[in-house]
Amino acid sequence: MAVKLRTPLSIEDVLRLKAGDVVYLSGEIVTARDSAHRRILSLPKEELPFNPEGAVIYHCGPVVRKTGESYEVVSAGPTTSARMNRYLDGVLGLGVRGIIGKGGMKAEPFRGRAVYFAFTGGAGSLAAKSVKRVKAVHWLDLGIPEALWVLKVEDFPLIVAIDAHGSSLYR
Amino acid sequence: MIGAIVEAIRLAVTRIPDDVVSALRKAYEREENGVARFNLENILKAIEIGKAEAIPVCQDTGTLTFFVKAGMDSPFLGEIEGAIVEATRLATKEVPLRPNAVDVLTGKNSGDNTGRGVPVIHWELVEGDEIEMAVLPKGGGSENCSALAMLTPGEGWEGVKRFVVERVKACGGKPCPPVILAIGVGGGADYSLLLAKKALLRRVGERNPDERIAEIEGELLEEINALGIGPMGMGGRTTALDVKIEVAHRHPASFPVGLVVQCWANRRAFLRIKPDGRVEVWQ
Repeated sequence: MAVKLRTPLSIEDVLRLKAGDVVYLSGEIVTARDSAHRRILSLPKEELPFNPEGAVIYHCGPVVRKTGESYEVVSAGPTTSARMNRYLDGVLGLGVRGIIGKGGMKAEPFRGRAVYFAFTGGAGSLAAKSVKRVKAVHWLDLGIPEALWVLKVEDFPLIVAIDAHGSSLYR
Repeated sequence: MIGAIVEAIRLAVTRIPDDVVSALRKAYEREENGVARFNLENILKAIEIGKAEAIPVCQDTGTLTFFVKAGMDSPFLGEIEGAIVEATRLATKEVPLRPNAVDVLTGKNSGDNTGRGVPVIHWELVEGDEIEMAVLPKGGGSENCSALAMLTPGEGWEGVKRFVVERVKACGGKPCPPVILAIGVGGGADYSLLLAKKALLRRVGERNPDERIAEIEGELLEEINALGIGPMGMGGRTTALDVKIEVAHRHPASFPVGLVVQCWANRRAFLRIKPDGRVEVWQ
């Protein structure tokens, strides 16, 4: 099945998806890697620079080009998600409904509440085509790869690799 | 010279070498599974975009690793190290690259890919008046799957195969398969890993000139592709594009095996500096 979805995702959006489905995702997504996850989980929910309810987190540290005060995403494929397994239960507990990454994660924490979308690792130049603009960047003190980039995406082609019903495509 | 090194770095991160691309195309043709085809098609598209727009194919532009063969009669010997560091700084801004050098104690990113011990430079002093240099941008996801096994001589080559296959299984989709596996056997712990990393400079599809080693490379490749891990770990016929083995003599008590796992984006570029200052860059 191929569907178009827009962020924020509802629980209904999530429960309808099955491992193997193709999703074209539009709207806002937020990048986070190891350090950003630690910071997200160390702050009270109301102090986060994004609303985690229905949010989609992208495991990605982009290559960016700065022109004046604005940033442009040059290449932005996914990073290895397994490093974030230790924070998974925490961020899904905040209401996050989708994670985009590569290589897979523990399937159990997704059950009944969220999905894991895979994009092709290394295909950063292609992924950047789906990023229409950088809406904001937070926590640049963590460094460019680890900062929290709020990206506006359009029809980002993803595969549901772990669904909310316990199915996973990973071998 | 600095400008030429910047160009070599740019070439390495924006253009995937032809031998790698042709192996990926063959892998795409072999796959029937829809998800495997989705991933390989995305890879081939990303390669085209990188080439056409001269932008990094993968956002992880890696830890820049240089292998320098320095001719001892080259007039540029004293300038090379400084030129590599400066070129790394410039390339980070101009290509651009992702800043990937982080202080291990404070976690602070240096912002320009330079810092203590990086870019990594391996030196080899050779006869002659030319300097040849290879640049290998090494991604973190695949490097995290690299490993060392200090086997006993009794485990021998069967042990090597078992270690590599188990490691590839354990890593699944994490290193961005289809991978290239580079294996160094012998020499000691450090040297086996160095041999392995250097083996990534060999062309994909080319066997070791020693037929006995070539045979083991072929057998391991077959065994790994029978695992079914597939592109990005989501199933398929191609888990590895190639296996490269390099050897050195070993201590009688040791059987060191250094395994360097490389993602499908096996990036590289070469550069030669003639004694008159002329520079050639190729892949």
